[in-house]
Amino acid sequence: MATPENIDWDAIIRDPRFQTLHRRKTLFLWGLMIVSVAYYFLLPVGAAYYQDLFKIKVWGVINVGLLFALSEFVVAWAIAVFYSRRAGKEFDQLAAQIAAQYAPKG
Amino acid sequence: MKNPSKKRLLAATLAALVLPCAPAFAQVSTGGNYTLTLAVFAVVIALTVWVTYIAAKRVRSASDFYTAGGGVSGFQNGWAIAGDYLSAASFLGIAGLISLYGYDGFMYSVGWLVAYISVLLLIAEPCRNIGRYTLSDILAYRNDPRKTRIFGALSTITVSTFYLTAQMVGAGVLVKALIGIDYEVSVLCVGVLMLGYVLFGGMVATTWVQIIKAVLLVCASIIIVVLVWAPYGFSLPGFLADVVADPKVQARVASLLGDPAKTMSATELGQRFLEPGLYFKAPIDQISLGMALVFGTGGLPHILMRFFTVPSAQQARKSVVWAMVVIGGFYVLTLFLGFGAAKHVGPAVIAGVDAGGNFAGPLLAQYVGGGPDSFFGNFMLAFVSAVAFATIVAVVSGLVLASASAMAHDLYVGVVRAGKETSPKAQVTAARVATIIFGAMAILIGIAAKGQNVAVLVGLAFAVAASANFPCVLLTLYWKRCNTGGIVAGLLIGTIAAVGLTLVSPNLTYPLAVKAAAHKVLDGQAAKRSTDDEAIASGDEAAVAKAKKDLAALDKAAIKAKADIAKWGDETTSFMGLEKPAFSLKNPGIISIPLGFLSVILGSLLFRDKRAEGMWNEVYARQNTGIMVSKASLGH
Repeated sequence: MATPENIDWDAIIRDPRFQTLHRRKTLFLWGLMIVSVAYYFLLPVGAAYYQDLFKIKVWGVINVGLLFALSEFVVAWAIAVFYSRRAGKEFDQLAAQIAAQYAPKG
Repeated sequence: MKNPSKKRLLAATLAALVLPCAPAFAQVSTGGNYTLTLAVFAVVIALTVWVTYIAAKRVRSASDFYTAGGGVSGFQNGWAIAGDYLSAASFLGIAGLISLYGYDGFMYSVGWLVAYISVLLLIAEPCRNIGRYTLSDILAYRNDPRKTRIFGALSTITVSTFYLTAQMVGAGVLVKALIGIDYEVSVLCVGVLMLGYVLFGGMVATTWVQIIKAVLLVCASIIIVVLVWAPYGFSLPGFLADVVADPKVQARVASLLGDPAKTMSATELGQRFLEPGLYFKAPIDQISLGMALVFGTGGLPHILMRFFTVPSAQQARKSVVWAMVVIGGFYVLTLFLGFGAAKHVGPAVIAGVDAGGNFAGPLLAQYVGGGPDSFFGNFMLAFVSAVAFATIVAVVSGLVLASASAMAHDLYVGVVRAGKETSPKAQVTAARVATIIFGAMAILIGIAAKGQNVAVLVGLAFAVAASANFPCVLLTLYWKRCNTGGIVAGLLIGTIAAVGLTLVSPNLTYPLAVKAAAHKVLDGQAAKRSTDDEAIASGDEAAVAKAKKDLAALDKAAIKAKADIAKWGDETTSFMGLEKPAFSLKNPGIISIPLGFLSVILGSLLFRDKRAEGMWNEVYARQNTGIMVSKASLGH
C-alpha cells in the first residue's frame, strides 16, 4: 500500500502531465476567482456611488439595481457549473492518470 | 385543544424529551396557538432524535465521530453545508432586513452566496485531499505540528465561540418569543438537545440534523412564497408593483428618510424601497463587511470540517455546487419573504415585535396561512418556528463539533499525547468529553450573555476567519515558502487585528455620545412643544389632533433620553476605556484581512524553514491528485 515515504513526489511534480495540470488549473482557477470577486464588489460600489444608474426602471417597477443584484446569483451559479464541468472533464482525468502511475492501488 | 390539562400533558411530553425540568410559560408575543406550536416542535424534534438514535449505532471510531466515516455523498453534504450555514441570522435576519429596508437587505444576502465561489475554487478540494478531521490538520501538514496545532485550535475555538454565542443568545430570544418559554429554559433546551445529537451521534447525527433542517427550511420557504406570489400569476414586476404601492411600505420609507421625504410623492416613496441606501450608509464599511463574508466562509472551521465527511475531492466539489444551489435558491426565495412581509404584515408591525425584523418570516407565514385566528395560519407559524428552532440546533451542533475536534484531536491527541499512540476508543472518549465541555460552555455563555447585543459577534466570527484562518489555509496550500512562522504570525495577528479593531469600533456603546444625543433630544423639545401648544390653542381640529400626537411622541422620547442619561451616570468611556471610537468602521475586514495576509508572508520570510519547503512537492502533488486521500476504511 502507498505511504508518503514510498511515493516519489518530486517525480510527480516533474511529470509533464502534472505540469500541464498545474498550469491549466492555476490560470483557470485564479482567473475565475478574480472575475467573480470583481463582479461581486461592483454591487456595493454601484449601490454606493452609482445610485442614479441603479434607480433606472427597466421592467415595470424593477430597476437596474435589482436586476444587477439578481444577476449576481446567476453569475455565481454559472461560475460553479462552468468550473465543475471543466474540472470533471479535464482536471480529474489528468489527476487520475498521474495517481494511477505513481500510487498504484493495492 | 383548549383544555389546560391536555396542554400541560403535551408540554410535559416535550419537556421529558428534551429537558430535565418543565418549562416555565410566558406570554407569546406573536400570538400563535401555543399547543399547536408545541406539537409541531415535538414532531420535528422527534424526527431528529430518531435519526440520532440510528446514527449513534454507527459511531465507533474517531473518524465516525468527526467525519461520519467519510461516507457522506456530495449531494447530501451540499444540503448539510446549507443546513450548517443558513443560521438564524441569515434565515430570519435577512428576510427581516428586506422587510424593513427593502433593496439593501437583498443586496446583503448576495455576499453570503458569493462566499462559496472561493470555497469551491480554492479551498474545498485541496483541503479534502490533504486533510483529515480539522483545520489544523491542513496547517500542520508541512509545518511544526505542535505550534500550528496549538494556534490553529485556539483560532478554531475563538471563531466558533463568537459564532456560538450569537446563536445561543438568538436561540433564547427566538424560542421565548415563538413558544413562550423563559429565556434561560430556551437556551438550556437548545443546549441539551444539541449535546444529545453530538454526543451520541457525532458527525453522522449532526449531518442528518443539518440535512433535515435545510430540507424543512426550503420547503417552508417554497410554500410561503407560492402562497405570496400566486395571486400575481407569478409575475415579478406585478408582485413588486403591489409592494411599492402599499401605504405601509410608503410610510416606512418616509420615516426612514425623515425630512427629504416631505417633498416626495407616495409613488416615489414606494419606489425608493427598491433602491439602495436605506440601510447601508457607509460604502467602505459595507465593502469591508463584504470582504469578511467572501473570504471568511473559507476559514470557518465548522464549514471546512464538512469537506472531510465526503470520500473524495470530486464529491467535495459536488458538495459546494449543491450547497450553492440550495443557499442561493433560498436567498432568492428570501426576496419574496421579505417584500411579502413588508406588504402583508407591514414594516411597522414587524419592527414592533423585534427591532431587527427577525419575525418577518414567521409573521408572514401566519398571514399567508389565514391570519392569527385561523388554524392553518397558526400551523404555518408553528411550522416556521419549529424550523427556526431546528436551524439553531443544527448550526450549534456543527459549531460544537468543530470546537470539540480542535480540543480533542488537535490539542489532546496532537499536542498533549504527541508521539504516543492513542487508541481509537480513547480518541472517541476524548472527543465526547470535549463535546460535553463545549456544550456546557455554550449553555453558560448563552445565559450569561442574556440581553447583550450579540449581532456584532457573527460579523466578528467572519472577520477573524477571513483575517486569520483564510490567509493561513490559502498560503499553506498555494505558496511554497509558507511555513510555521507565517502560520503562527498570521493566526495571531489576524485574530488580534480583527478583535482589536472591533473593540475600538463604533459597535461598542460610548456613554458620552449616548448622553450627548440624549441631551440634544431634550434641548430640542422646548421649541417643538411651543409649536404644538400654539397648534392646540388654534383650535383647528386636524392640527390639534396632530399636535397632541406629537406631544405624546415627545414625552416618550424625553423619558427614553432621561433614562439613557441616568443609566450612564458619570461614565465617560466605553468598555475599553475610550471616549469615542478609535476606528471609524464597524467591520474590520478591509484592514485586518490584508494585515493577516501580510503577517503570513512576513512571518514565513523571517523564519525560513527548510522542512516546510522540502515538503512542498508532497503537499502540492497530493492536493492536486488526491493520492492517499484519507478514507475511513484506511483507519489512520
